Order: sequence, then structure tokens, then C-alpha cells
Amino acid sequence: MQKIEAIIRPGKLNEITEALADAGVLGITVSNVLGCGRQKGHTQVYRGQEVQIRLLPKVKLEIACLETQSEQIVEVITRLARTGQVGDGKIFITPVQESIRIRTGERGETAL
Amino acid sequence: MFKWRLATNSWRGLKISFLTLFLLLACASVALAGDPSGNTTGGINDIAAATAGQPTLAEVAAQVGKNKIGINFVWTLITGFLVFFMQAGFALVETGFTRAKNAAHTMAMNLMVFLVGAIGYYLVGFAFEFGGVGALSALGGTAPLTQELAVNGWGLLGHSAFFLSSGGSYDVGVFTLFLFQMVFMDTAVTIPTGAMAERVKFSAVVIGTFFIAMILYPIFGNWVWGGGWLAQLGSKLGLGHGVVDFAGSGVVHAIGGSAALASALVLGPRLGKYGKDGKINVFPGHDIPMAILGTIILFFGWFGFNPGSTLAGTDLRISVVAVNTMMAGAVGGFTAMMTMWLIFKKPDPSMMANGTLAGLVAITAPSAFVSASSAVIIGAIAGALVITSVLFVDRKLKIDDPVGAISVHMVNGIWGIIATGIFADGTYGDGLNGVTGSVSGLLYGNPGQFLAQLIDVGVILIWGFGLSFFFFKLLHATWGMRVKPEDELAGLDIPEMGMLAYPDHLLRTESESE
Repeated sequence: MQKIEAIIRPGKLNEITEALADAGVLGITVSNVLGCGRQKGHTQVYRGQEVQIRLLPKVKLEIACLETQSEQIVEVITRLARTGQVGDGKIFITPVQESIRIRTGERGETAL
Repeated sequence: MFKWRLATNSWRGLKISFLTLFLLLACASVALAGDPSGNTTGGINDIAAATAGQPTLAEVAAQVGKNKIGINFVWTLITGFLVFFMQAGFALVETGFTRAKNAAHTMAMNLMVFLVGAIGYYLVGFAFEFGGVGALSALGGTAPLTQELAVNGWGLLGHSAFFLSSGGSYDVGVFTLFLFQMVFMDTAVTIPTGAMAERVKFSAVVIGTFFIAMILYPIFGNWVWGGGWLAQLGSKLGLGHGVVDFAGSGVVHAIGGSAALASALVLGPRLGKYGKDGKINVFPGHDIPMAILGTIILFFGWFGFNPGSTLAGTDLRISVVAVNTMMAGAVGGFTAMMTMWLIFKKPDPSMMANGTLAGLVAITAPSAFVSASSAVIIGAIAGALVITSVLFVDRKLKIDDPVGAISVHMVNGIWGIIATGIFADGTYGDGLNGVTGSVSGLLYGNPGQFLAQLIDVGVILIWGFGLSFFFFKLLHATWGMRVKPEDELAGLDIPEMGMLAYPDHLLRTESESE
């Protein structure tokens, strides 16, 4: 079992969740996050006063899946999230030790 | 499943029956016993006469007089209700321009100032301001308001109509004037709350509101509107018509704005606003749509504020006043928008709001005395002035005014007073402040009027800023005006008010940040 964490541009969310659902992904957790990377920030002006915005709004997807599914999921996300500009985001994959379905108490891969 | 569907079906049947019944009733023909066209309702029989249907000339004339005063009463009351609604505009502008963690506090201050202000004005404020104004012919001659304390004939303070009962002030004309003037005073007391927002003790604002409603505002109001010494500069010293301030650029806005400046100075900036290295930090407002809505509501209310100040629907100058108000507000907002766009590359919505309000504040005093083209110029200058002033107050003076109250109300209130002395075109104001002839300004060959307006500005600075600075210093030293630093950082809603403006919102941001 693996967990895929993808940080993407907020505007890409709908397209990606639809494509993932078509690819058979059942569960996704989505959160609004703030962060910085190579995109750095930008300067805004509020009432004539410059404001340095260092943290930019992004969306984080978390998907738990089988090892066999992860390459396909990564392919869908990279294909749809990519604009080619700095700030497209990142994907991290980590091993998952255990998963438990709260409703039934099932454990392991069947609980995904 | 089957039971549920049955229940849904019978409910749908019932809805169809109701709709059918309603349509049938709507189509039923009505007997024409009434007067649907309105042609026969109202006529000679409606005039009170000893012989019904045959009124004498005196009886007709009595009815005409009654109608005139009736129109004036209705006009003054309804425009007063509009001015009351400006309280909603102030609440939205101030809360929108400040942070979500203080929203219940900022919003509640804007209701509280009305509650407290109404009581303070009822107790003594109205008596001090209008107790000696004399007979207002537009409201049928407010006979009881004749007590003015004067030194060598210079009026200083009214003293009748305390709690609307002393000196025979239980009178329809007096009550009409009270309603209109109370909501005006309310506008002045709500201006400083914006400059004090996000760091002031609620209790200190309660005390400050009593001070403004009972002392600061009414006494100055007496000098300009209640027959006091500033109004007498014309009749006694020949300076034009004395101080002329049609709807209160000075009396309401510059006085409220001066109190805003004094209170912001005494309170000091919000924590973290100005860094040790001289860096100016920005605390963006949490709800710009709210602030824009508030601005539009204020604009709407201003159509009561300025045209209503004739106190007479039968004074046909109301159309000129209304159009001048409309144009100055629009041009003020437009100028601010274009200036921001040119300098900072974006038409900053918060400055559009400030510019619109600046134009409205500036036209408030001259609105009855100037032409539309002058109103446009006054509004344009106001829109540029407010941006210059906001940047100057923030960057140079380093006085923290979260909503721009000082720049909108004090600076542009003073501009409105001066503009009256420049642009008044001599087409209105015959007999004002006991001076015959109409009001004209510098451009129309009357430097005396201009001088009177400058004296008004000086008195606003001394009385409005000086007295309120002294008062707020005293209040800060004794009662304390500022909340504890930890409360300010956490937000004032819980420590000061006991409840959050947005409980769900805070729960979410807390879990995100931890």
C-alpha cells in the first residue's frame, strides 16, 4: 500500500478528480493549503502599500492505493496538472504501513 | 420505499390543487364598485369645512398650509430614516476593512454607538444643539426652541428641550427635528469607531460615544446650525452669511473625523502594524464585498443626508442638492479609481470605496449652493485628496487608521467647508443665518464668505481635534482605552464580546494552522 500526496494548482482540481474517478480511484482527500517552492511569491498592493505574498494557495490531494495502481495515478495527475510553468506542484509517494476501515474494523489492502 | 413514494405523490397532488385554486381565484371577475383608476378619490369633500363640500377661502388656505407642512414633515422624517440606514453602511465598511477575528466587535460597535448616542442626544445633546435655534418655518415654527445662552449677543449653547420635555418641547415640529438631527449626530459618533477598530476597548467606546453625543458634537452644532456664534459671523461681522455648512461636511464629518484622528493618536497603532525597522505591514480587510456593499448603502443614505437637510419637501432646491450629491460621489470614486489604476496598476476596490465616500463628504456642505460642474470639480479633488491623505497618514504620520476614517471624513470634511466658500454661486440661501441675499463664494466675488469658512476650519481643529484629544487622553489615563496585547492578537470577539462573528470559520483556520 502507498500514499500519494500531490500538491497542485487550485484550478486543476476538478479535472483531476474526474479523471481519477474514471481511472477507478474511489477515495481522495482534498485540502486547501498554503506553501512556497520555486515559484516564490508575488507582490500585491493593498491601499497603496506593497505586500509580499510568500505563501501561495495550492490544493493537496491525498490518495491511498495499491502499489500496482500508483503509476497510473501519477500519470493522470502529472498529465493534467502540468502547465509547463514554475508552480505546477509536486507529487510525493510514501509506503503505508497499515490501513483500517473504521466502519467494519477491516485491515490491510481490503480496507483501502 | 413504496410508502415513501405514496406520501410524495399525495403531497404533489395537494400542491397542484392549491395552485389550481389560486389561478381560479385570480381569474374571477371583480365587481367595479371601487375606484381602480383613482379619478374620483380625493376632492373638495376632503377639505375640512364647516359646511361639507363648500369650504371657504380661509378653510382652503388652512388646508394648503397644513399640506405644505405635512409634505415637509414627511420629507424630513423619510430622509431621516434614510440617514439612519447609513449606520448599516458604516458597519459594513468598517467590518469589511478589518480582520475576521474582530468582526463581531467592529460590527457591534456600530450598533452600540446608535443606542448610546440616542440616549445621550435625548438627555442633553439636542437641547445644547437646538435649544435656541428659534422658529424653523419649514417645520411650522418650532416655537419652544428659544433658549440660547449668549455672551454679548454671541450664541454659545442652547438650553431648552432637555429629554424632549422641558420648555414645552412636547411638540410635533420639535420631534421631527429631533429625529432628523439625532441620526445626523449618530453619523458623527460612528466615524471614530473605524479609526479605533481592532484594538479599542468596547467600554471605552461607550464612554467616548456619550462624550461625543452630549458635548463635542452638539455644542459645535449649536455654533453653526443652532444660531450660535459661527452662524452669526455674517449678521454681526459682515462675513458673508456667517459659516455656511448645508448638511454637515464640518458639523458632522470633520468633527467626527477629528475625533477619529484624536482617538487613533491616543490609542496607537495595532500591534505589528509598524515594524521596528520602519517597515509598514499590511492587515488586509477580510471582506471586500462587504465593504463595497456598505459604500453603496452609504451613498443611498446620502440622498437623505443632503437633500433632507432642506427640512422641506416644498423647497424645490432638493433636486439640485440630490444631483450635486450624486455627481460628486460618482466623480470622487472615479477619480480615486483612476488614480490608483495609474499609480499602482490596479483599480483598488478599497480606494474606490474611500474615494466615493470622500466625494460625498466633500459635497455635503456645498451641495445646496453650487452648480453641477462645481460639484464635479469638488468630487474630483476629493477623490485625489483622499488617496494622498491615506498614504500620508499611513506612511509619514504613521497613524493607524484601518478604514481611512481620518482621510475620508476629517480631510474631506474640511475640503467641503472650504469648497463652499469658493464655489457657492449665489443662486440659493436668501435669508440664511439672518443675512439677506443668496450665498456666494470666492469665485463669485465674496471673500467674506471664504473667510468665514476658514474660521470654521480653525474652530474645527481647535474644538473638534483639541477637545477630543484632551478627552481621549484623560479616558486612556483613567479608564484605559486599549485591550490587553494578548486579546488583540487573539482577536477581540471572545475576550470583549463573548462570541465569535464566524465560529465555523475560526474552527477551520485553527485546524489548518496547527
